[in-house]
Amino acid sequence: MTDVAVAQPTASQERSVGLWTDAFRRMRRSPSAIIGGAIIVFFVLVALLAPFIAPYDPTRGDLGASYLPPGPEHWFGTNVQGQDVFSRIVFGSRLTLGIAVMSVTIGVSIGAVLGALAGFFRGWIDAVIMRSVDIMLSIPGLLLAIAVVSWLGRGVLQVAIAIAVVNVPIFARILRGSLLALRDADYVVAARSVGVGGPSLLVRHMLPNAIGPLIVQATLALATAVVDAAALGFLGLGPPDPRTPEWGTMLSDTYRYLTDAVHLAFFPGIAIVLAVLGFNLLGDGMREAIDPRLRR
Amino acid sequence: MTAVAESEAAERRASEEPRASEEPLLRTEHLRVHFPIMRGLVFERQVGAVRAVDGVSLDVRRGETVGLVGESGCGKSTMARAVIRLVNVTDGEIWFDGQEITAARGEQLQRLRRRMQMIFQDPYASLNPRMTIGSMLAEPLRVHRLARGPEAAKRVRELVEVVGLPRSAVNRYPHEFSGGQRQRAGIARALAVRPDFIAADEAVSALDVSIQAQIINLLAQLQREFNLTYLFIAHDLSVVRHISDRIAVMYLGEVVELSPSRELYDRPLHPYTAALVSAVPIPDPAVELRRRRMILVGDVPSPANPPSGCRFHTRCWLRRELDNPERCVDELPALRELQPGHRVACHFAEELTGTRRRDELITAAAGHSSGRTTAPDEVVTPESVAPEADDGFFAPGGPPGAEPHA
Repeated sequence: MTDVAVAQPTASQERSVGLWTDAFRRMRRSPSAIIGGAIIVFFVLVALLAPFIAPYDPTRGDLGASYLPPGPEHWFGTNVQGQDVFSRIVFGSRLTLGIAVMSVTIGVSIGAVLGALAGFFRGWIDAVIMRSVDIMLSIPGLLLAIAVVSWLGRGVLQVAIAIAVVNVPIFARILRGSLLALRDADYVVAARSVGVGGPSLLVRHMLPNAIGPLIVQATLALATAVVDAAALGFLGLGPPDPRTPEWGTMLSDTYRYLTDAVHLAFFPGIAIVLAVLGFNLLGDGMREAIDPRLRR
Repeated sequence: MTAVAESEAAERRASEEPRASEEPLLRTEHLRVHFPIMRGLVFERQVGAVRAVDGVSLDVRRGETVGLVGESGCGKSTMARAVIRLVNVTDGEIWFDGQEITAARGEQLQRLRRRMQMIFQDPYASLNPRMTIGSMLAEPLRVHRLARGPEAAKRVRELVEVVGLPRSAVNRYPHEFSGGQRQRAGIARALAVRPDFIAADEAVSALDVSIQAQIINLLAQLQREFNLTYLFIAHDLSVVRHISDRIAVMYLGEVVELSPSRELYDRPLHPYTAALVSAVPIPDPAVELRRRRMILVGDVPSPANPPSGCRFHTRCWLRRELDNPERCVDELPALRELQPGHRVACHFAEELTGTRRRDELITAAAGHSSGRTTAPDEVVTPESVAPEADDGFFAPGGPPGAEPHA
């Protein structure tokens, strides 16, 4: 009896589920996405609430209290200048996440525009863009980033741009690939046959279906951006002010004392590993949720 | 006054009607669509071409349905996409409603898009997964400025109802529907612009048999309702049969036979058609028992490198029965009108015009073909063939006195 009532919902009661909502639901069922998401949310909260969490000023040193091992006063110990490592890591998360998000945003924007131009217009535009992309991809990423930083000078924004430059060709290639695959998709041909053309065809019919892999790649790129930022910092190409709490710079400041004070390298290292792991897990979970091959 | 008006109207009808039936809505002249085969990474050069459509002349009259059949890869889908200008034509002409549209672009092409539409084969691939059915149907209205706002919404609801989808479909996404329902949505999209002509590219091939019938009936009903003209493509003769007035059979990019539907089934004049028709099951066990299937040997040759002369000669059973005449290899057969309204491209089609001779040849061919899957020879005795089986040639069996074959 109840079955009959349930089987005939009125039109207004039926709720329609879009593919994005559907993908999100899948993601909530994926353990890697949940763990990754939790780690990222944790770091974001730490970054936002840094002033309330950190017990000390991260830039203020107390030479009388340098080299302290982890203890109740200084949870993660202190460094050569006597700065509190815990506070520096907490504030460092702002820098790291900021650089990662900025670089990926810049990279995706430019890469997506280039990829869309190449994949949609084909012809000589495609040839020029894709050959340039090939050239950029032939240069090792870190080397390219170093070159960009040494050209632009040191600084947070410069580091973000350098990492973005490394990512641009990857994003361009991914979007172009998905657009090419879509060009002959029946629903795109159908849209053309109905009279849809130009920007409308790209924006309404092709991009929404091509963007999935790009989103996944962007998430994974956040992970590499964290590593790249740390690497640049480690190489002394991070923010110019030595007091700036950047995880990679913290590593390079301390590796000489590694035998005496393991904690100095250990905690920033753990922070980097966790952030990278979080983005990677989240990216993997998203890939599973969005991948069209798992659909239907 | 009224009498004058009436007589004028009658005159107009009289003068228009014959013209309307004479001038086909769609006509192609030696249409060719070749896809270049490119080699080389940096400096691309053309090393050949896939001749998907190679010299097809076809006409579709107003309000009629022309079926286009052939094996996969014979160019029928390309043909459909070419006539509604979705792929570029290599050579030849397309005429639509008195206009040459072969190279139409810009404004003219946009106007054409309003009059010619397409229904796609795969209902899973032909609907944008990120768009609701409603916004998909509203799009052509917007693009062609046919309706906007509440009027467009009303039109969308009408479309949804016309094709038999529930009203709630408007706000739903394609993945929430079954294959048959999706195909209905695809049909609704084609109808949105109120076209005159629809190319249905294997519109039912991907559907369950029970759903196929529903969709075919829907198409037939819509044709009556909106006075549509169809080019109906299928690889399955039994599907085309119900809906088509005339049928064109394609083989390797060419039309080999064009005939009124009934006649094509009853008296196919091209050996290829005869083989296709012999594969259609008959819903009558008595006939089915005697039906001879001719299985064509070999694969379809590559359309990039088609055989010389008659393209079918490599697989032709009739040529074998006639001891392999050279003419088939040397000379391209023209599409000739052998009987009124019945055109065929075969040098030896006359062999199949006489009923007795045809049955003889077919029985012999079916006997020779190793793929004979139905009744063994012994079942076919002269007595078992009723005289009325004459026109159903898929119920062969030699005429009295035919040589039993080994």
